[in-house]
Amino acid sequence: MKTGHLSCFDFAASDIDAGIFFETASSRLAAGGRALAYFAVPEGAAHRLVLVVGFDREGRVEVYSTPVAGPFRALTPSFPQLHLFEREIYETCGLKPEGHPWLKPIRFNTPGALPGVADYFTVHGSQVHEVAVGPVHAGVIEPGHFRFQCHGEKVFHLEIMLGYQHRGVEKRLVGGPDARSIHYAETLAGDTTAGHAWAYCGAVEALCGVNVPSRAQTLRAVMLELERLANHTGDLGALAGDVAYLPTASFCGRLRGDFLNMTALVCGNRFGRNMFKPGGVNFDLDHALIKELSLRLENTYRDVENAVSLLWDTSSVTDRFEGTGTVSKEAAEGLGLVGPAARASGVGLDTRRNFPYGPYEDFTLGVSGSGDVYSRAYVRWLEIQKSAELVRGWLEALPAGPVAAECGELKPDSAAVSLIEGWRGQICHFSVTGPDGKFRYYKVVDPSFHNWQGLAMALRGGEISDFPLCNKSFNLSYCGRDL
Amino acid sequence: MIKALIARLKQGYRTMPFPSADIKLPPRYLGLPRLKSAKLDRAAAVCPFGAISTGAEAGLDMGRCVFCGACAKAAPEAVEFSKDYKLCASSRRDLLLTGKEFKRARTLGADLRRLFGRSFRLRQVSAGGCGACEADCNVLQTIGWDLGRFGVQFTASPRHADGILVTGPVTKNMELALRKTYFAVSSPKVVIACGACAIGGGPYAGHEECVGIPQDIPVDLYIPGCPPHPLTILDGILRLIGRVD
Repeated sequence: MKTGHLSCFDFAASDIDAGIFFETASSRLAAGGRALAYFAVPEGAAHRLVLVVGFDREGRVEVYSTPVAGPFRALTPSFPQLHLFEREIYETCGLKPEGHPWLKPIRFNTPGALPGVADYFTVHGSQVHEVAVGPVHAGVIEPGHFRFQCHGEKVFHLEIMLGYQHRGVEKRLVGGPDARSIHYAETLAGDTTAGHAWAYCGAVEALCGVNVPSRAQTLRAVMLELERLANHTGDLGALAGDVAYLPTASFCGRLRGDFLNMTALVCGNRFGRNMFKPGGVNFDLDHALIKELSLRLENTYRDVENAVSLLWDTSSVTDRFEGTGTVSKEAAEGLGLVGPAARASGVGLDTRRNFPYGPYEDFTLGVSGSGDVYSRAYVRWLEIQKSAELVRGWLEALPAGPVAAECGELKPDSAAVSLIEGWRGQICHFSVTGPDGKFRYYKVVDPSFHNWQGLAMALRGGEISDFPLCNKSFNLSYCGRDL
Repeated sequence: MIKALIARLKQGYRTMPFPSADIKLPPRYLGLPRLKSAKLDRAAAVCPFGAISTGAEAGLDMGRCVFCGACAKAAPEAVEFSKDYKLCASSRRDLLLTGKEFKRARTLGADLRRLFGRSFRLRQVSAGGCGACEADCNVLQTIGWDLGRFGVQFTASPRHADGILVTGPVTKNMELALRKTYFAVSSPKVVIACGACAIGGGPYAGHEECVGIPQDIPVDLYIPGCPPHPLTILDGILRLIGRVD
C-alpha cells in the first residue's frame, strides 16, 4: 500500500497474499524502490514480514506485509541491499530466507552465540594472508571486528563483523511510549541524538495525530543541523589527521567542540540530550540566546571555512584523498547506501529534499561525486556550508508561537514510518501499535546499517594502509547498527 | 605553506587553562544535584531510571542518573542541579547523594601517585553504550583541552597502559574483550568507570544483554554523567593522580 512518511496508517491494510508479496517486493525494488526497512513482526506463534520501500524521486513510501510461519524466499540474490535485513530476520526470528548466500549472525544475540565466532570469507593461495583487528581498536572508538584478506598490501576483501555493542534497545521500546522511550531514542547512536530523537518523536506524533508547532519544528531543525555541523567538522579534521595534515586536524578538533557547545547552549547538553519530546521541544530560545547563538555560529563558521579550505589546496592531502576507497554509483545504489556516502558516489538522495519535513520545504543541495575519499570529504564541506546557511536563516526568522503541543493516546492497530536525515544519512523508524495503543513493535534502521557494506566495498582492491582513511571517510556508527 | 601559516595565525592559541576560575558552563547545564528536602516521593516518581530512593535511605544515586532533569522539573522543592561539574567519586557508595556533603574522588595512595602522578596512560575500552562518552574522551585530546600537558594520554595498547577507562554498560558480547584488555595491563593498574552506563548500566540498566563491569575488575574512579562533560572527566582523572585538589 502507498503511504507517506510521518503519516499514520492502518497496519492491517498493508497485508497482501504471500505469493503476491514476493512478486510485488521484487517489482517495486526493480522499479527503483529502495528498501527502507525489512523485518518480521511477531504475531502470535507466527510472524509478519514487512517491507518498507521508498521511492526517493517521488517522495513516496510503500508498505507491504504478509504472514509467514516458516522459510521464505530470499530476495538478496536479486537485491543485495536486503542482505543484512534478511540475515537479521533469520537471526532474530529463526525464519530462514531460502536462497540467501550466507546467513551469518549479525549481532550474536542468540543463545550460545559467541561474538565474532562465525565463518568468514577466506582467500587461499601463495602469500595470501589474513589480518584480524578488534574488537578493541587502537583509538578511542567503539568495538568491532575486521578481517582483511590480503596479498601484500593489497586487500582482496574486508569483512566487518559487529554486534559487540548490542544492548537490546529495540525490544525495550515495545510496550512504550513510556518515560524511558525518549532516552532510548537519544542513545541509539549517541552522536546522532537529534536525528534519532526526532525520528522517534515523528513516529509518536504521527500515531497520535498531533500537529507540532512550527517554532518547535524549526528549533528541532536547528539542533539537527548543529549536530551535522559538529560531526562533519570533526570528520574533516579526523580525515586530515589520517593523512598527517595536522593544521586542519587540530583546528577542526577544536571547532567541533564549539558546535557541541552551541548545542549545549540551547539545551544544556553537548549532544542535544533532553531537547526533544513528543509534541515539541523542552527548551525555547529567547532573544538573547538567539543573538549569542548567531554570533557563535558566525565566528565558528568563519574558522571552519579557514581550516577546511587548506585541505583542497594542499597537494599532500589531495594526493591521498583522490582515488582512494572508491565506491561506484552502481555499488552505492545496489547496496542501498545513504547519506553523504551515497551522495559522494553520485546518488541524489537526501531525506530533507526527497521526503521533506519540518522547515525543510524547498531544500536543495547539488551533489555528485567520484565516490572516493575526496568526494566523501568534499560532500561534507558542501553540507557544512548548507547547514550553516539554514541555521542562520532560521535564527533570523524563528516562527512565533508555542514550542510544544500536547500528545494524546496513540491510535491503536496502526503504524507509521518516520524518516529523518541524520548527519550520517537517512534514519528510519517504523512503529506498530497494538489494540491498546502501545508499541507492539518498533524497528530502528540507522544509516550505518546500510553503509557498513559500503566501507567493505571501498577497501576492495585497495591498500590495507588506506583502511583508517577509508574508515574515517564513512565514520559509521557501531552502536546504531548493533542497537 | 604560506596559507597554512596564515591560517595558524588566524586560528590563534586555543588551549583553555585548567583548572581555572573562569570556566563558564552554559546556563542550562545540569551539574551536581542538590537535595533540598528529604521528601523525594514526587521526584522519585518521575525518574525514568530509579535513581531516586525514598524512605529511610532517601537520596539521589548519581551512578544511575542520566541528568535529564525530570526530577527538578517535577519537584523543584526537592531537587535542583547546580553548575558544579566536579562529580567524580572514589567509591560507588559516595555517588548516593543524601543531604550531606558530597565526597569527591580521592587521590591514589602515595605509591601509585609517585608512579602515575606525572605520566598516566590509559587504554580506553568501549563496551556497549552509545559512543558519546568515547566522543567526550576524544575531545580531551584536542588542542582545546590538551590532555597531554598533564602527562595523561590514551594509548593504543593495554601493554603500554597504567589502567583502563571503561565506557558502556559492558554488553555480554564485550565482556571477554574487556577482561582480556584488563588482564593485559600490568599491575599496579587503575580502573575508571566513565559514564552512567559503565557505573550502573545507564539507560540500559537491567537489560539481559548487559552484564556491567565484572566484580573482579575493581573500579578506582567513577565518572557520572550521560555522557559526562569533558570537564568532569578531566577533573576526575586529575583528581585521581593528584594534579588538582
